[in-house]
Amino acid sequence: MTGATFDTATLYGLCGAALVGIGLFGLVLDPKPIRKILAFNLVGAGVFLVFGVIARRGAAAGFGGDPVPQALVITGIVVAFSATALAVTLVQRLSSAATDAGQPGQAAPVPPKGETGTPGQGDAAS
Amino acid sequence: MTTPLALPFPADTTPGGFLLVLAILVPIVGILLIWTLGSRRTELVALTTLAIGAAIALAILTELTGTGSAVIYLVGGWRPPLGLALRADGLSVVLIVLTAIVIGAVGIFAKGQFGYDADAPEKRAPTVFWTLLLGISGALNLIFLGDDLFNLFVAIELVTFTAVPLVCLDGKAETMRAALRYLLFALLGSVMYLLGVALIYSGYGTLDIALLKSVARVEPLLFIAIALMTVGLLAKTALFPLHIWLPAAHAGAPAAASAVLSALVVKGSFFIILRLWFDILPAEATGLGAQMLAGLGALAILFGSVIAIRQARLKLLIAYSTVAQIGYLFLMFPLATGSEATPAFASIAWTGGILQLASHAFAKAAMFLAAGLVYDAFGHDRISGLAGAGRVIPITFIAFGLGGMSLMGLPPSGGFSAKWLMLNASVGEGQWWWAAVILCGGLLAAGYVFRVLVPAMARPLARIKVKAPVSRRRELVALALAIMALLIGFVPLEPAPLLGIGRGAEAGLLVPGGLAP
Repeated sequence: MTGATFDTATLYGLCGAALVGIGLFGLVLDPKPIRKILAFNLVGAGVFLVFGVIARRGAAAGFGGDPVPQALVITGIVVAFSATALAVTLVQRLSSAATDAGQPGQAAPVPPKGETGTPGQGDAAS
Repeated sequence: MTTPLALPFPADTTPGGFLLVLAILVPIVGILLIWTLGSRRTELVALTTLAIGAAIALAILTELTGTGSAVIYLVGGWRPPLGLALRADGLSVVLIVLTAIVIGAVGIFAKGQFGYDADAPEKRAPTVFWTLLLGISGALNLIFLGDDLFNLFVAIELVTFTAVPLVCLDGKAETMRAALRYLLFALLGSVMYLLGVALIYSGYGTLDIALLKSVARVEPLLFIAIALMTVGLLAKTALFPLHIWLPAAHAGAPAAASAVLSALVVKGSFFIILRLWFDILPAEATGLGAQMLAGLGALAILFGSVIAIRQARLKLLIAYSTVAQIGYLFLMFPLATGSEATPAFASIAWTGGILQLASHAFAKAAMFLAAGLVYDAFGHDRISGLAGAGRVIPITFIAFGLGGMSLMGLPPSGGFSAKWLMLNASVGEGQWWWAAVILCGGLLAAGYVFRVLVPAMARPLARIKVKAPVSRRRELVALALAIMALLIGFVPLEPAPLLGIGRGAEAGLLVPGGLAP
């Protein structure tokens, strides 16, 4: 590749890299679950864009694009969609459970803790 | 892009190849039957499916040892790189049999616990539990048999989607929070893995592991791709410092689910890391990376064990012990070095690592099931409140103790053989610092196991209050798993030939009948 060929594929590749970067930043640093899920989708979009670039680059024999990465992207989108659905459902259930229990952080009825229980032991790992 | 020189695949599916498809499809058929036949027959269908799955696993083992070469199934009759292949070699078959045994045992343990109750109002939890259990067994089999990196991506996602709901089966806010955190870590891991897959495809034009082995070059592209995929998989395997989701998730799940999660699920992603490092990366390219992985493993052993000793609750203690035991698996990477004469999979460290994987699976499943029984019997699992508990439910505590023995590495146990082989390898390779870590880890494990066992077996000051009697069947299942962890300690202390089947030198790779010894 020479310096002069700054083609659309390269541009899309850079966009993909930027999306992955922004998404990773959000996924690691943002404390809110919903925003983490959105960030995960940003990373996913970036990766899918990279797949598109690879399809374009690998095109040969007169095809407009290599079909294999395109097939992979379709599967990847389905997987990312299911993952998002599962995560959003969890957030939703978590939010309603926290509302039912009156205050966040308190689980609904817990089995009796006994008389010598030290407070907060259940949260030792969280 | 590049056409591989020689196709390391037979022209057609090998005899017995259909067994591989059955191993994946039977659990899925089981799931469909559960949802069509209704919750009254859920348990029967699930247990039957697990039994059939175990029979298939044994059939694959027989086929593999009979022919002495890999079993291959070409989906649709298309050879890679155009088609997909399923491949069972010695390592895969060991893991498939292990999975079948542990999930089968957990199924017997959970019978009744998630069963149909004619008097109670119909609940979703039983159907969900058995569906997820079958889903995990099918997805893990797909991981162990998959030969295509993207296929493995789908498989690892299936494992995640079945494992996460198991964590929050009871629907409490606390466990749902743990499940959400687990899911977010897993999702981060899966996108990084997918990015690595994209890079590998762009460089080599194929995703088939056997083909990649012959075309992979030592170059930055391969390093970046493997690094991305490895870090992604580490998040799912919960290697220190990416372990922080594990304790809450594994300790919060119902005991039967915890056993599967700790014993098997984390091993699925570890298996893919093994494939990447030993089957794709050229041997001369692994040096520094292998030391780094083992370094994290060593930190996991020390950190996980120390935190485990400080836990107040039994299930959290066992979960942190999982963090530590996962660390041992990563000591394989610098120790199982290959040379011209003896490939990596023929070294004692390789056998030691796989033995550690198997013995930990049995021991940890036994210990989590025992912890579940303790909870059932006394209504809590606070370690401080378990004085004298061993005198009330002795079989449970014997199971816990035998499992703990394997974790400590006391002879005779699977854990002892595994750690002994790794110690020998580290001394033999001149990497004595790993030997020091292995020995420290054993001592620390003794610390957290005896912290539970000694008061539990002692004569208590006051008689401990029993909430409910425990089922003898469940106690025996936990004991049987612990005894399995002990029995695999009797394998000979040398490289196991079974693990080398189907992993011959490149020329003879995968060609039936033409396997280089």
